[in-house]
Amino acid sequence: MALPVAFFAVFFAYPVAAITARGLKSDGTWRFGRIWDVLAQPDIRHVLWFTTWQALASTALTLLIALPGAYVFARFDFRGKQVLRAVVTVPFVLPTVVVGTAFLALLGRGGLLDELWGVRLDTTVWAILLAHVFFNYAVVVRTVGGLWSQLDPRQEEAARMLGASRFAAWRRVTLPALGPAVAAAALMVFLFTFTSFGVVQILGGPTFSTLEVEIYRQTSEIFDLSTAAVLTLVQFAAVGAILAVHAWTVRRRETALRLVDAASTARRPRGAGQWALLAAVLATIAVLLVLPLAVLVERSLDAPGLGYYRALTSDEGGLFLVPPIDAVGNSLRYALAATAVALVIGGLAAAALTRRDAGRLVRGFDALLMLPLGVSAVTVGFGFLIALDEPPLDLRSSWILVPLAQALVGVPFVVRTMLPVLRAVDGRLREAAAVLGASPWRVWREVDLPMVRRALLIAAGFAFAVSLGEFGATVFIARPDNPTLPVAVARLLGRAGELNYGQAMALSTILMVVCAVALLALERLRIGLRSDRTGEF
Amino acid sequence: MSTTSPTSTAGTVRSITAVLAATGLGLAALTACGSSDSGDGSDGGSGSKTVTLVSHDSFAYSKDVLKDFEEKSGYEVKVLKDGDAGQAVNKAILTKGNPQGDVFFGVDNTLLSRALDNGLFQPYEAEDADLVLPGYRADTDEHRVTPIDSGDICVNYDKAYFSERKLAPPTSFDDLVKPAYKNLLVTENASTSSPGLGFLLGTAARYGDDGWQGYWKKLKANGVKVVDGWEQAYNEEFSGSAGGKKAKGDRPLVVSYASSPPAEVIYADPRPKTAPTGVAEDTCFRQVEYAGLLSNAKNPKGGKALVDFLLSKEFQEDMPLNMFVQPVREGAQVPREFTEFGPQAEDPETLDPAKIADHRDDWVKSWTSLVLK
Repeated sequence: MALPVAFFAVFFAYPVAAITARGLKSDGTWRFGRIWDVLAQPDIRHVLWFTTWQALASTALTLLIALPGAYVFARFDFRGKQVLRAVVTVPFVLPTVVVGTAFLALLGRGGLLDELWGVRLDTTVWAILLAHVFFNYAVVVRTVGGLWSQLDPRQEEAARMLGASRFAAWRRVTLPALGPAVAAAALMVFLFTFTSFGVVQILGGPTFSTLEVEIYRQTSEIFDLSTAAVLTLVQFAAVGAILAVHAWTVRRRETALRLVDAASTARRPRGAGQWALLAAVLATIAVLLVLPLAVLVERSLDAPGLGYYRALTSDEGGLFLVPPIDAVGNSLRYALAATAVALVIGGLAAAALTRRDAGRLVRGFDALLMLPLGVSAVTVGFGFLIALDEPPLDLRSSWILVPLAQALVGVPFVVRTMLPVLRAVDGRLREAAAVLGASPWRVWREVDLPMVRRALLIAAGFAFAVSLGEFGATVFIARPDNPTLPVAVARLLGRAGELNYGQAMALSTILMVVCAVALLALERLRIGLRSDRTGEF
Repeated sequence: MSTTSPTSTAGTVRSITAVLAATGLGLAALTACGSSDSGDGSDGGSGSKTVTLVSHDSFAYSKDVLKDFEEKSGYEVKVLKDGDAGQAVNKAILTKGNPQGDVFFGVDNTLLSRALDNGLFQPYEAEDADLVLPGYRADTDEHRVTPIDSGDICVNYDKAYFSERKLAPPTSFDDLVKPAYKNLLVTENASTSSPGLGFLLGTAARYGDDGWQGYWKKLKANGVKVVDGWEQAYNEEFSGSAGGKKAKGDRPLVVSYASSPPAEVIYADPRPKTAPTGVAEDTCFRQVEYAGLLSNAKNPKGGKALVDFLLSKEFQEDMPLNMFVQPVREGAQVPREFTEFGPQAEDPETLDPAKIADHRDDWVKSWTSLVLK
């Protein structure tokens, strides 16, 4: 417990507090009056209002589009399901710089909607909402679908047998069981869309601004740290509230439900209705998720003889001192280190949270660990800069800062994946081993570890994929010139010229493939995990 | 509740060992390569052999040019890239009490006053300061900064679009509000994008404190499109760039740089004989980038040598093709591609950094409510 708390305090709480304090303190006195001044500005109120309503609308739309998907993934058996489940998760871990470009191909000029019906949605709020669906589809499918696949279908069948209509049976039996999972998924989607940054910046055009975008502008462009600090506090409060509700639904979900092996509940679709549903879901995925990704691939191949990929290995051009392809190696190294850190911190935290004597305080820590997901990367990055500048913590120009920042984002995924599995380990097994004379270490090694091994690997895979695509925190940290993939893509896109653009597309494709491979490996692991309780991711 | 799964213990232990070993190896490798990066950062005392340059993400150079400096001076140069230009300046100001390096490069004339007013730099007159072309000099009383490069922000046009329609491309700010060019221009948000801001400042320089708002009203009525960043404007909306062609961009006029046309040639394979895009020459605003010795630099001696190097003929002639900017040193040669495909504007708009500092925030605010709302 001590290590995760220390990690969290030093690399998150302290830097964020330092930068917020810098904004709110002048000449040694706190100026809390600033809070009301800032909140009274009509512009800021507009931002708050837009942030909230677009997050609500995005969440509703995501649920609407992704719930049928969750059902299909849970209950139907069809060819290519594993691959597809990995594919729908790819957007979730891709950096927004890449996706924004791709998404315009769907909604922008000359995009699919434009060709078919002459409809253009870029720079409208619809572009933002649909992109949010694109990013968060997997959250719903994995969270809700994961549980749905383990609900015993016989319960619903029993209700039908007793005379309930199909809808009544679903409403009275399945929905209540599913409710907490839907709520948890909805809250996660709400959290991610409430704090949305890249999507709003790229697709929304300059007229739309969320709280996170505004914090970025105030810190990075306008350099008004006191306004940024107030907004950070507001976002903090909002995210804290969301997480508190989330923690509450998660606890409710962990109350006993009769779960069965996921493999036994899925079967081939039967009847025209079910085939139509499957087809509809697949079509949605194809248009909304696969098409934007395919556009990236197509543009990366748009040179004779894989020209853009070959250009990646040359170090001419000066934008980087090394061939751009080296970014792949950098990314993999950083992601490995971040994964190791996230596993140690997240694993220890999850273990501590599982202990039966874990009190309120410790459970609160569970929600606290999720906070980095909801705090602006620019706040953390600037915070690092002024907080970690004295020995022994002068890490500002050290390479380790990048994986540490990435690990902050990875830890919540590790905790959420490990926790349910660890909680499911029967405590009596541990006691039995201890009675038989095993040391605590040996108990852990021979009782806990074998049971959580797969969950551990899945957690590692997710942390790895998330670190790989992490852009925000990485770009806000000063570093010697060894760019990660997303950073290299952003830099290439920031330059005129065909080769730069083509290389950006090629690197994005590589990033996508690496993420997809990592996620596909996870799918393989999931299959072998008999009790499929791997949290919501 | 879920049941426990009796996995084969022997197999488990073996694979765990493998995983741990792999992780350990990975970490060891990382530590090894990491220590060579970071180990030299700590010995920054006076007389140190390491000098650190803090810059923005667009800073680029040729390896052998820097190596040459290292060999001649005996210093080892460490380069830190700290986000885009605005972020890098803000971060440098935040850390000025305990800076991350000795020299900062990349503050431009739109942000210069913010840096100077916050005491970011200490005075140092570069060895060859008198060789800086007169138009670029700044802070000549105190010498806190040294001009290093310049670039012009100008409207670029898609040559094919205008020749197909037998329409003359616009050449001036006045042209852009003419009906012939209705709905053709895309620009960037002045509050988030540096070329966007440069274009706004250009109009403010051209039409004055009172006139620029009227100009933008006309521009808005003539269908100017505003997007958030240069990437979207140039790679998505502009019909003349390689990216924009793929994205089926439909705006033949974009606010970009005078160096964008040469980049379209240099980064094309095979290289075309002429650039596909051109520059509307009387729409340019001049951006100048400066370097300076940081106030609490740990290695001021090395820092001074580094500032001298940035203004040296060797580095000045290396810059254009690496950063797509113009040298500011008298007699520095510009590569042929550069002059051939992208002539420098003869009479760009300029504004005094102090004036920019006074008005910047107000202008951006009124621009935002005028154009975006």
